[in-house]
Amino acid sequence: MTTAAMPAPSGLDERVRRKPFLAVLFSGFPTIVGAALVGIAAFFAIFAPLIAPHDPNLQNLGGAFKPPAWLAGGSPANLLGTDDLGRDIFSRIVWGARVAAIVGLSGVAIGGSLGVALGIIAGYFGGIVDDVIARIADVQFAFPSVLLAIAVVGVIGPSLTTVIVTIGITGWVQYVRVVRAEALSLRERDFVQAAVATGASLTRVLLWHVLPSIGSSITVLATFGVARAIILESALSFLALGVPQEITSWGAMLADGRQFLDTAWWLGLFPGLAIFLTVLGVNLFGDGLRDALDPHSR
Amino acid sequence: MTTFLLRRAVGAVWVVVGVAVTVFLILHLTGDPAAVMMPPDATTEQVAAFRHNQGFDRPLYVQFGSFAWNALRGDFGNSLRHGEPALGLALERFPASFELAISALLLAIVVAVPIGILAAVRRNSPVDLAARVFALIGQSAPVYWMGIMLILIFGVQLGWFPVSGIGGIRHLVLPTVTLALFTMAQLMRLTRASMLDVMQSDYLRTARAKGVAPLVVLWKHALRNAWLPVITVIGTELVTLFSQAVITETIYSWPGVARLAVQAIVDRDYPIVEVVVILAALAFVAINLLVDLLYASLDPRIRYE
Repeated sequence: MTTAAMPAPSGLDERVRRKPFLAVLFSGFPTIVGAALVGIAAFFAIFAPLIAPHDPNLQNLGGAFKPPAWLAGGSPANLLGTDDLGRDIFSRIVWGARVAAIVGLSGVAIGGSLGVALGIIAGYFGGIVDDVIARIADVQFAFPSVLLAIAVVGVIGPSLTTVIVTIGITGWVQYVRVVRAEALSLRERDFVQAAVATGASLTRVLLWHVLPSIGSSITVLATFGVARAIILESALSFLALGVPQEITSWGAMLADGRQFLDTAWWLGLFPGLAIFLTVLGVNLFGDGLRDALDPHSR
Repeated sequence: MTTFLLRRAVGAVWVVVGVAVTVFLILHLTGDPAAVMMPPDATTEQVAAFRHNQGFDRPLYVQFGSFAWNALRGDFGNSLRHGEPALGLALERFPASFELAISALLLAIVVAVPIGILAAVRRNSPVDLAARVFALIGQSAPVYWMGIMLILIFGVQLGWFPVSGIGGIRHLVLPTVTLALFTMAQLMRLTRASMLDVMQSDYLRTARAKGVAPLVVLWKHALRNAWLPVITVIGTELVTLFSQAVITETIYSWPGVARLAVQAIVDRDYPIVEVVVILAALAFVAINLLVDLLYASLDPRIRYE
């Protein structure tokens, strides 16, 4: 924390700091690629009914296993081909983006708020509260999250809500350690002490002074959390413990396609590619965000 | 040093207890076990008899007490599906999982650490760029998709390796590579970052300025310090590895303990789920204690704490 108090050295650091935030964020090529990939997925998710040429669940057994449009036997009506039930793969991928977005964002919202709240409490109050939260976090760390998620989903039964809540409660521990450490050091900082001295209520100190100061760390963690949530959701759907059949999920598409690998490889390739590119985009964007928010991390 | 290890040992016991409580609560609080275990056409009397028989009608803390007492003596009850002791069933499957996990971890370390070091030493070179791209892809590609693509290319198209079951070394290749990729990417990234950190440190600059030979600087000054975070992460990486193994074992029909757990969850075979999760937690804390020991012997600062 000493670096913040030092006068900014002349040269690069000062210039970087004076540039508008977005200009710094998008100064790197990887970040632009990341933002573009996330943008495409978001576009699919928001405008799915307008983009998808077909109903994602419309079966057409006569037109099953059609290869992608550019291969012999493919047709322009089914850009990425059709699956074993004749459903249009491109339309299913577009709709799958919506599930990925819903699960990614809500999973992070639940896990993030839980983790940030517990982290602030642990770091700010210290003592027994801190110990208890740290011990719970240790247990969560030792519990393989996929197994925990499978156990919860397996017992409660698969539904979109179960999957989201499960991803949330397995994700909180990622936030606790970072937030706790920052809250711990913030507690001693002058502006927090000053707020306490002027009689600000505890809620006010935590919400107005501590929380905003760790905003950038939370943003970065949340970005990577979205990637984690998307992977976990598709893993659960892949094991048939994710969202129900009638909701189109990339993981479930992949699981369906697995049995037809030797005859219809496109069933397995495209949904996986969709997950991979989205997660890659989120990770690239997260790296850029971290570097832009914290110039010293480089 | 003794305090440090003692504290870690107490923490380890707590983790195992915490995991046991968690898995017990998840399985017993989320509904009546008797209702889900009995066939749907069972009469109310049959369900009640079964519930009484299994002790599910006792208060939860009594149930947990007897569960914990029996578990301490190695008795986790009989598998509801197989009728044999759950512990035995899980232990039977352990060697296969162990074989896969260890070969994946070794593969990850053997590839990631040298390349991570090289990438840091030759920063911004083609090796560095390739390592960073690989790390990014490895961290973004879901393990089940990598598995499917490896099966498609090396199993189906080229026919080089068998794609399911356990057997000789050829059966081990694809599952190992699949399981290793994510950890490999993590370790490569971390080794590189850790080396870069150390290489910018004052003591390294001093060593270079004194005229110490570059290889000695790298080996004795840089590596010894860069190792520490890498070793710590290898310990925690094992949980990730277990999570990934759940999927890898499913894809390759590998007869390991993770696949047994997935099947048991689907079958509502509670004793098996409990024993697998607790064994996994035991393995995790044991390995992390070993990592702590290793850490303490490598880093004098901890010994004198």
